[in-house]
Amino acid sequence: MTANDPSPNHLQLTRDGQLRHFLTLDGLDRALLTDILDTADSFIEVGERTIKKVPLLRGRTVVNLFFESSTRTRSTFELAAKRLSADVLNLDISTSATSKGESLSDTLLNLEAMASDMFVVRHSQSGAPHFIAESVTPGVAIINAGDGRHAHPTQAMLDMLTIRQHKGRFEGLKVAIVGDVLHSRVARSQIRALNVLGVDEVRVIAPGTLLPKDVESLGCTVEYDMARGMKDLDVVIMLRLQKERMEGALLPSEREFYRLYGLNQDKLSLAQPDCIVMHPGPINRGVEIESAVADGPQSVILNQVTNGIAVRMAVMSMAMGGQVAERQQKQSKGAQA
Amino acid sequence: MTALLDMDQLLNELEAGLRRVLEDRGVEKPALIGIRTGGVWLADVLSKRLGLEEPFGELDISFYRDDFSRIGLNPKVKPSSLPFDTEGRDIILIDDVIMSGRTIRAAMNEIFDYGRPASIILATLIDLGARELPIQPDVTGRSLALESHQRVKLRGPEPLHIEFQETGH
Repeated sequence: MTANDPSPNHLQLTRDGQLRHFLTLDGLDRALLTDILDTADSFIEVGERTIKKVPLLRGRTVVNLFFESSTRTRSTFELAAKRLSADVLNLDISTSATSKGESLSDTLLNLEAMASDMFVVRHSQSGAPHFIAESVTPGVAIINAGDGRHAHPTQAMLDMLTIRQHKGRFEGLKVAIVGDVLHSRVARSQIRALNVLGVDEVRVIAPGTLLPKDVESLGCTVEYDMARGMKDLDVVIMLRLQKERMEGALLPSEREFYRLYGLNQDKLSLAQPDCIVMHPGPINRGVEIESAVADGPQSVILNQVTNGIAVRMAVMSMAMGGQVAERQQKQSKGAQA
Repeated sequence: MTALLDMDQLLNELEAGLRRVLEDRGVEKPALIGIRTGGVWLADVLSKRLGLEEPFGELDISFYRDDFSRIGLNPKVKPSSLPFDTEGRDIILIDDVIMSGRTIRAAMNEIFDYGRPASIILATLIDLGARELPIQPDVTGRSLALESHQRVKLRGPEPLHIEFQETGH
């Protein structure tokens, strides 16, 4: 498994540059990310209708393959697939086949035998969706729904959609990501997307123990002091403190973390007055964010959830579209030969 | 051929035809919907000519096309916007060119996802024949028979004009 494959695009893109899997934002250019956001905008309109359904993926089978538990991501993927008229199968693998000793490859072979068209994969191992994309039958699209500490590309794209909705642009924006960057696949994908889309500055604000060693190389500046870090911000993204992933003493205590890095009204007032507050959820109230801020007028946390459905509809229909276009090309080439 | 396609004259035909159909059917307050992109330009013009006060709707049928399994998703899709409730309304659906009828099939499916209209009147600026589905416009600006290598396209919005294209084969 090569989570940091420098050129993942031979796998993700068709020869004409269309999406056929969605594994990572690495290597995807601004034009493609903008296409995803534009397509998602159209799906937002679909979500506002009485009949929230379009026939794009009618008759196709989408399997939600969750090797790690999730509520929001899994349910928004499910809703996205259903709004595209696909049939959806939800498999919580952590509690089924693998616990009976079946290998990943065997599980996949069985699902392919059920004529699935798309796997939405969440896995605690970095690179698992990449591995599945390499081994799966051509024609089956793989969507990464979060792998280890590596990437969570649909989350990052729904955050980008939320920022564009509220700010109308990326140019000139100062964006901070606050908290547990070390364990966060979301932060890695966000930093990547923000840089590609051309914001002015990406800042991470965290204690040194919660930052990966080479964090600046991801394309961000580092600030250890939250009061200094909040200055001039247009967007502040809070991360969840991932207590379940913590090994050893990375933090003195939750209370100490909240005092130093928790977002409350006082700290928020140091940013631009129209600074928006984001959080990928689930939020730990009183650990990384104060309730008054999470529920306050600058919070767009629930918009993120709505946008998550639209972004997932966009990515799923684009990847499926790339797969069918590619199959069509191969067939017409075969017919010519 | 271009001489046959004076835009003002085509629009006059379309307007007069629509007025006739509206009167025949006793429709007093139609709701106008244009199919992107050409149909939206036409909806803009006809809305003014027919003196409709209500804003017209814009339909992007990309999510309803029947060729997704062949060519994938249109990357230039834009949100549809119907600024009125379609339920029980008499709708005028406008597109620039009708040929196979597949675009209109997709558009009607999309309209029905917003509600059940009382009726739909189909108006197209140019009818090229070559139908593949049993769908016929109620009003047409002009019917044309093109050679297989010829294409026709509405350009606009300022000024609206018809462009003929010769394809390579």
